[in-house]
Amino acid sequence: MALSETSIDPQLYLVEQTRWRPAEIVFWLATLLPYLLFPNYLSLASQIAIAALFALSLDLILGYAGIVSLGHAAFFGIGAYTAGLLSKYGWGEPLSGLVVAAFAAGVVGYATSFVICRFRHLALIMLTLGFGLLLAELANSLGWLTGGMDGLQGIHTWKLLGTFPFDLYGRAAYAYALAVLFVLFLFTRRLIHSPFGLSLRGIRENFVRMPAIGAPSRAHIRTIYTIAACIAGVAGALLAQTTETVSLDSLGFERSAEVVVILVLGGAGRLYGGLVGATIYLIARDQFSGIVPQYWYFWIGILLVAVVIFLPNGILGGLAQFTARWSRK
Amino acid sequence: MAWPGVARSARLLGINSSGASSMLPPVFGVLFDGLAYGMLLFLLSVGQSVTLGMMNFINLAHCSFAMLGGYLTVTLMSRYGWSFFATLPCAFVVAAVVSVGFERTLFRRLYRASELDQVLLTIGIVFISVAVAAYVFGTDQQPLQLPHYLRSSLTFMGIRFAVYRLVLVGLALLITLALVIGLDYTRFGARVRAAVDNERMARGLGIDVDRTFAITFALGSGLAGLGGALAIEIVGLDPSFAFTYLIYVLIVVSVGGLGSISGSFVAAIVLGISDVAGKYYIPQLGAFLIYLVMISLLMWRPLGLLGKR
Repeated sequence: MALSETSIDPQLYLVEQTRWRPAEIVFWLATLLPYLLFPNYLSLASQIAIAALFALSLDLILGYAGIVSLGHAAFFGIGAYTAGLLSKYGWGEPLSGLVVAAFAAGVVGYATSFVICRFRHLALIMLTLGFGLLLAELANSLGWLTGGMDGLQGIHTWKLLGTFPFDLYGRAAYAYALAVLFVLFLFTRRLIHSPFGLSLRGIRENFVRMPAIGAPSRAHIRTIYTIAACIAGVAGALLAQTTETVSLDSLGFERSAEVVVILVLGGAGRLYGGLVGATIYLIARDQFSGIVPQYWYFWIGILLVAVVIFLPNGILGGLAQFTARWSRK
Repeated sequence: MAWPGVARSARLLGINSSGASSMLPPVFGVLFDGLAYGMLLFLLSVGQSVTLGMMNFINLAHCSFAMLGGYLTVTLMSRYGWSFFATLPCAFVVAAVVSVGFERTLFRRLYRASELDQVLLTIGIVFISVAVAAYVFGTDQQPLQLPHYLRSSLTFMGIRFAVYRLVLVGLALLITLALVIGLDYTRFGARVRAAVDNERMARGLGIDVDRTFAITFALGSGLAGLGGALAIEIVGLDPSFAFTYLIYVLIVVSVGGLGSISGSFVAAIVLGISDVAGKYYIPQLGAFLIYLVMISLLMWRPLGLLGKR
């Protein structure tokens, strides 16, 4: 991402970045379309919003800070189980459930971040993978608490704000997931366009040099890793509350791999990457896996190879390149 | 699919119990089975250690080549009546040749790319291979009918040693020796190391770097194919093989130290024994122990047990 020539002053650059573009407003208005056009697909739409939030949280660490994580589902799962257990044992109020889930995921995220910030490259990938697998095994062996392979049963989410019940059509669920996504997106957007966000990108490009110009790499990585864990926890809690079930695969390796795929498909290091990726990925999965699940694996594999070879910056990166070339002519 | 080892632990431990008969305590039986399992992990991962360590290429599709070797062995034996040992070289060669095809067309573009790109491309190939295997062979476990003498066992000091596991240990030792000699003491090994350390200089000296890399890659994948063919008797074979053992292979390679064959050897033994012992003595922990061992080893030595760089 090159600095535009007009804004050399970093503060002006950041202010310019925070300006809302027409395309962004159109995008957020379009998220309301499912209510009008596809009222039968609202539960899919809420799944998309949840996956988008999860991918957004990964984008903070993978796209902006350059921490490749293959175990991010750990925080998603912690959030999901926290919200699920809270509701199972008598407190089904959704909004406070989100806060507790974010806190639980954040605490674990903060604890692990002390390890994460010390490593780079393959050891880092392996450690995130290891933490994810360890947690999945833990949830599996704590069957009395998590329900083990059968999943967590008996969750009942109370009415949203005391008035809107969660129904089978997913009307309240989508509004709820979308609102949470939007609020956290605003937060992320502000964060990324702050000096802190800028220094994260600096750390991604050169981990050793940033401390020399006054940005402590490790402390920044600890902060962003904790924030990303909180957001992932919220995404997990949303899934638990709207579907009223939590299964072991909410923190499995496959979910970690899936969210990386979603993010990279959309475009890592771009605010809308996870959102676009989640939309395309989940709609495609809905269409393809209707036939046979194994075929879906085949298509997702083809998709991955194609993205890496032809669209190294994801769909949004490709689009940006295309429009840049087009506008120059 | 997400629970490597758990479903198969019963299978792994099937022979363990026989060690508990008399004279020596069962711990030796567990140690031997852990050693055999470790050798199996070593055979599966040594190729990865070579490509990852020598060429700095993260190939998650490594176990897909192992799976290819496994399916080839099963098909040749059940459908064409080949003997088990005749299929092994075949598994090696086919996996090597197929991998060179991938290397020439896809992987070589990414030798200089970021880790993320390498991870994504190769995991895409894993997805494709899992789907293709499920389409062609179905999702069931593949039966393997070993010759009778391989299924028997020897009794020594009150412990039953399965012949097949002895063969496995022997083969792994031979391959380690051959690789260490091949990479450290031959002209080809010197070329590989030169090409990795300084590609431009190596080209300047007249080394055909592309060809060297292709051969190295073929060697690594061929070993995976061989490992896969040898593994099915112990761990079974179904389309999720490529995912399940991918994690184990990565653990062995990263704990052992990139590019260090003897490191992988030690790591495979440590992990194999701790996995089998964990499942035998504390079964409720499941695969917990092997992950814990991996995390602690990596935190202690991020470059692996015998990693140099």
